[in-house]
Amino acid sequence: MSDQSSTSRTTGTQLVKRGLAEMLKGGVIMDVVTPEQAKIAEDAGAVAVMALERVPADIRVDGGVARMSDPEMIDGIQAAVSIPVMAKARIGHFVEAQILESLGVDYVDESEVLTPADEAHHIDKWAFKVPFVCGATNLGEALRRISEGACMIRSKGEAGTGDVVQAVRHLRSILGDIKKVGQADGPELFDWAKKIQAPLPLVQEIAETGELPVPLFCAGGLATPADAALAMQLGAQSVFVGSGIFKSDNPAPRARAIVEATTNFNDPSILAKVSRGLGAPMTGIAMDELDVQFEDRGW
Amino acid sequence: MTIGVLALQGAFRAHILALRSLGYDAVEVRTPAQLAEVDALVMPGGESTTMSMLLESSELFEPLSARLAEGMPALGTCAGLILLAAEIEDGRPDQRSFGALDISVQRNGYGRQIESFETELHVEGFDSPMPAVFIRAPRVTRTGESVEVLATNDLGEPVIVRSGKVFGTAFHPELSSDTRLHRLFAESVAYWRSK
Repeated sequence: MSDQSSTSRTTGTQLVKRGLAEMLKGGVIMDVVTPEQAKIAEDAGAVAVMALERVPADIRVDGGVARMSDPEMIDGIQAAVSIPVMAKARIGHFVEAQILESLGVDYVDESEVLTPADEAHHIDKWAFKVPFVCGATNLGEALRRISEGACMIRSKGEAGTGDVVQAVRHLRSILGDIKKVGQADGPELFDWAKKIQAPLPLVQEIAETGELPVPLFCAGGLATPADAALAMQLGAQSVFVGSGIFKSDNPAPRARAIVEATTNFNDPSILAKVSRGLGAPMTGIAMDELDVQFEDRGW
Repeated sequence: MTIGVLALQGAFRAHILALRSLGYDAVEVRTPAQLAEVDALVMPGGESTTMSMLLESSELFEPLSARLAEGMPALGTCAGLILLAAEIEDGRPDQRSFGALDISVQRNGYGRQIESFETELHVEGFDSPMPAVFIRAPRVTRTGESVEVLATNDLGEPVIVRSGKVFGTAFHPELSSDTRLHRLFAESVAYWRSK
């Protein structure tokens, strides 16, 4: 055995923070509100769980202010599973994020599903060791969040609806603009940066690499295995499923079917097999019936 | 020569890009038919519990176990190392592994994500330190007599191990730009094939 030991350890680097998002690729991150649901999610093959007090569908029904979850509830979920545990902080509420970091959550979602705490400023995510995921509806918003230190971007979609249309719109918008930026020449990139209100160096980086510098996941309204495969075929690298699992008739088999569909997103025969006999999906609310649109939150 | 990368979940694309950058033919493996076409297999990082479930549902567990028993070369990184281990100390009760490396591992042995870290390793046979990123990494708590340790961490614990044609790392060589470990694996595969 070698007698030389390694040099010192550095925590909280961009590589370490973005690295966990790399490990979650091709997987399903599930919203859970109890340790029992977290176990069901883990058993079904979730790559991570999002610990929260109410799923977005219930936040819509209940109304009022939606905040960070009770630390006791997060502790319970961390104790129940071995997969990564994520939790949500309100947009701009850096103290909620500090508390979540001290609890040892593996990812913080600065989320529009909760009631925003700041109407102009998002959290300075560079100041944290815990990595952040943020929602975006278009490329400019995604790049603003990355410039603030986000290590993963997810489409916002419209959480709690069971309607995938907004998630598709946001994914197509982000990925479509990445393609267009890739075809722009030097002077046009200045105009792109101005038009989408994004930092020029990030726009130039995308023109060079043809992709976001952090993983792009899909969230907001996914309810079926086919929805998950649709997001993956469009170019998402993983999916978040919120209300879609535990608001359905039969959560455990649906959760497992969505996991299998996310891996085999390009194989319609497997998608057909896993979509059979799952019972009713969440009833859902169509986009045009909504009073509050979460996607409008964030700046 | 074709090197497969198990593509059920996780950082499989980074491994494919690393192998292709070295000029090797690398393909995704999701089905038994795809497994049958490859000469060696990389098992990437990701969530080992998720991969265990998907190995079963994809009907890959038995054929992969058989290939490993026949001596197919393999490289497992992080979750891949866990799947290759003989013993998972704190795994889920239904979690199966291949036992191709006679080691015991503890999942998330270095703590939660905020304890994840970068470091440099002195690797047996490499002339300069190798950058290594550990993400919720497994800790190797025991190595059997058949296991050779190619690198240790600052506590003297094994972080690169080899047993016969099977390599395992607790960290993610695919996340850094240093491809020496991928080269070592691929050149070994080529050498074994030529014999």
